[in-house]
Order: sequence, then C-alpha cells, then structure tokens
Amino acid sequence: MQYALFYFEAPAEMAKRSDPAAADGYWAAWMGYMAMMREKGVIESGNALEPRAHGTTVRGGPDGRVIEDGAFADSREEFGGYVIVSVPDIDAAIELAGHAPCAASGAGHVAVVPVWQMQAAA
Amino acid sequence: MTVRADARAAAAHAARTAYGKLIATLAKRTGDIAAAEDALGHAFAKALNTWPETGVPEAPEAWLTTVARRAILDDRKRAATAAAGEPTLALLAEERAEFCGGDPRLGLILAASHPAIAPAVHAPLILQTVFGVTAEQMAPAFLVSPAAIGQRLARAKAKIKAARVPFTAEPPDLTDRMKRALDAIYALHTIALATADGVAKERADDALDLALLMTTLAPREPEALGLAALLSFSAARARERRNGEGAYVPLSKQDARGWDATRIEAGEALLSRAAELGEPGPYQIEAAIQSVHCHRSRTGRTDWRAIATFYDVLVTMVSSVGAGVARAAAHGQAFGSEAGLAILTALPEVQAHRYQPYWAVRAHLSPRGEKQAAYDNAIALTEDAAVRAHLTALKAAHAAA
Repeated sequence: MQYALFYFEAPAEMAKRSDPAAADGYWAAWMGYMAMMREKGVIESGNALEPRAHGTTVRGGPDGRVIEDGAFADSREEFGGYVIVSVPDIDAAIELAGHAPCAASGAGHVAVVPVWQMQAAA
Repeated sequence: MTVRADARAAAAHAARTAYGKLIATLAKRTGDIAAAEDALGHAFAKALNTWPETGVPEAPEAWLTTVARRAILDDRKRAATAAAGEPTLALLAEERAEFCGGDPRLGLILAASHPAIAPAVHAPLILQTVFGVTAEQMAPAFLVSPAAIGQRLARAKAKIKAARVPFTAEPPDLTDRMKRALDAIYALHTIALATADGVAKERADDALDLALLMTTLAPREPEALGLAALLSFSAARARERRNGEGAYVPLSKQDARGWDATRIEAGEALLSRAAELGEPGPYQIEAAIQSVHCHRSRTGRTDWRAIATFYDVLVTMVSSVGAGVARAAAHGQAFGSEAGLAILTALPEVQAHRYQPYWAVRAHLSPRGEKQAAYDNAIALTEDAAVRAHLTALKAAHAAA
C-alpha cells in the first residue's frame, strides 16, 4: 500500500528554515526523520516545498485563465512537503507520520492519504 | 417441511453466532467489508435453497465461508479486475483452517474502532459487522434515519478498504484501541437505554452481548470485564426503569425486588474476575458503584458513603463532567446537601451548565428558594419525554410544598 504523507507546519515553524538561530535544529530534526524512513526502505519519493508565498494559484483553462500570487491561501498552515511511502497498512503509515518533526513538536500536523489505486489489489 | 425449517433455523443460528466471524474472515485480506457482506448474503440465500435438499453440512460456517469466498472471486472475475493468479484453492483452504483456529472477531472490532474512523460510527459499525444488525434496525437507537446511518456506515467501510485499516488483534496501539472499542459499546448501551422504543431496547441487549463477547475475545483485559459487569448490573434493573405506563422511574424509587438476581450475580462474578487482574479502571469503578446500588435488593439500603468513595476514585481516572456531577450527587446523599453543592460549584461551568444531570442534581440539593430555576434548566435540557415528565412533576411538588 502506498500513502502520501503531507507535512503541514505553522508559519512560525517553517520560518525557522531561514532563521540562523533555529535553522540548524530545524533541519537536523527533518534530516533525522528522513534518514529513519530511508533506513526502513519505505520512501518511494518526496520533497520539501518552498513557502506557499512562493507558490502560484491557477484557475480556469488557457482561455479564461486566472492567476494569483501564493498557494493554499485558505490554509492557516504552511504546506512544508510530502513523501510517498510504501508500507503494509494505515497503522504503519500513522506510525511514520507520528515521528515527523511537525507532528511530534505540535507545531503542525501530518495528513495521511492513501494513493489512489486504479485497480483494487486482491 | 421440517427439513426446510431445520435448514432455516441452522442458517439463522449461523447468522447470529457466526456472522462476525464470517465477515472478519472474508474481509481480512482485502479490507472490503461491503463485498464480504454481499457475498455472505449470497451464501445465506444459497444455504436456504440447498440445505433442505442436502441436509445441513457438518461445518455450516466453513460451508458458508467457501460459498461466500467463491462469490467474491466470481464477482472480481466478472469485473475483469486483477483476479489473475489468485491462488483460489489455497485461499479457501487457509480460510477454512482459520475458522477452526481462533476467533477473528477481535480484529474486526478493533478495525471498526480505529482512530482513523470517526468515533460516532464505531458502535454502528461494530453492531453491523459483528451481529449483522441492519441500518434500519439500529437507526431508532441512534435517533437518526436509516438512510443517514447507512451512509455513515458505507463511508466508514469505504475508508477501511481504501486506507487499508488492518484487521489485527494486536495493533500497535492495543490499549487505546481496546478502550475505544469498549467506549463504543458503552455508548451504544447509553444511547439505546435513553430511547424508549422497543427496537432500540434490543440494541441495549446487543451492547451487553458485545461486552460479554469482548471478555471472551480479550479475557485478560480488566476493563472489558468491568464494562460487562457494568452492563450486567444495568440490564438487571432494565425492567424497573419504567413503570407500567412507561413513565421514568429514578433509581432511588425503583422496586429492588424486581431487579434480575441472575444478572446481578453475573455482574458480581465479572467484577471479581476483573479485580483479580489487579488493574483498576473507570469501567470497573463504575461497575463497583452499580454493584453497591444492586446490594439494595438484598439489604434494603444503599451505602452512599461507599458510593461516594468510589466516585472520588473515578474522578481521578476520568475528567468528565458526568463523573463530577454523579460524585456530587453521591456526596449529597452521603454527607448532606452542602457537601454535594460544594462539589457542583467547583465543576467547570461552561460544560456543566449545558449538562442536564448537573441541573437535575442541583435542583435536588438546592435549598427551596433555588430549586425552581434549576428544575427549569434541567427540563429545558431533557430530551427524553418520560424524564421530562418526571422532572416537571418534581418541580410542581416542590412548588406546592
């Protein structure tokens, strides 16, 4: 089973990335977390994302396109990144999610969503 | 005729006792409860057609599993999905063997109580998957339409399948999951009891059956024993809770001679089994409180000091307003109204003031001049018409006095 783990962070938490006093601790926690998952061999893919202020929102087709500065405007939290993991069941996915710095620290949350399967596996 | 009736009876018996086992066995690999239910429905129908001719098979449950499993595999082939390479015979043999092994229902119940599933649907899902209770049958107890509860159940089953909620008796969060399952069963009991309807009452019996089932599935779980004891004591008093006209009769006014002695004894036995495990918990304490109440059937009196002490312990384990209000009532009985009122006043106002029993107890304990307002608040918060009538009568009696 594949699950997407979406990492959400409070804006103040994500701001640590570029705060000289906090950046080392911030990245060390995420590196440690990612290393733990790589060691388990569960990561299919994943990326950290730039702050949503660097994102762009697009609506409408090529003809009636509306483009806005910023992404996830409705969310109170930053969308810090995601991984796709391959694990046996939701319990294993929840276990991985709970170790994420943004969940463990209480400065955000993780959304665990199964990857859509075109054919139901037996 | 009798053969047909026998077959029908055997199928019905298998349905009640084995339904949950069959669902758990069939849905375990795919997590697809809905498909298991459809297949099992097909298997029961086939049993009713076949058994009168062939006689009831030696192992009816294994027969039903095999027929249901074939129905699932046929469905999948028809849908032209990836059934290729499925080791059908091996799977069938494995499932038959499983049937003779342990009881797969604990995994099913714990899957239905998964924290990734909304708590409100835990009890309906357990009821349906373990006992085969339909949305129509359970809707009255939950005070919602069959369509609404059916929709919630369908959504939960789809989530269990899509998110692959495992059917395991040993999840990583076993303690928490066990508590959720027991809480769901207790909620079912409370909801069913609050509803005067006859069909809803059957759900209260289901709650007791489920609690007893949990004690056999998890015999070393003291809180399962505590809950089963609690519901046994409650069931013992079920008949006396309403009078002949259906009016609500509070515990203090119930005729203790009408309580069911067998169920009280069963409760005592469960409670001592729990005590032997040496791990007290909220359900055991609540059961102990109910045990003291039930003593009245033998002694003719209620030991309110013992009850007050148990509530003192209970509020160290749970921080609910309900426990606090009940503790206040017990202290009021044991040590006088002032003691009870002091506890009420110390409760968090925001939650307490929205809670019907808070006002009912306050009305009971308050000096005469303050009773009326408290009764009004209690009556306004009461949903059960019989209880409302009871409170209105009390208010009138005090106004007249």
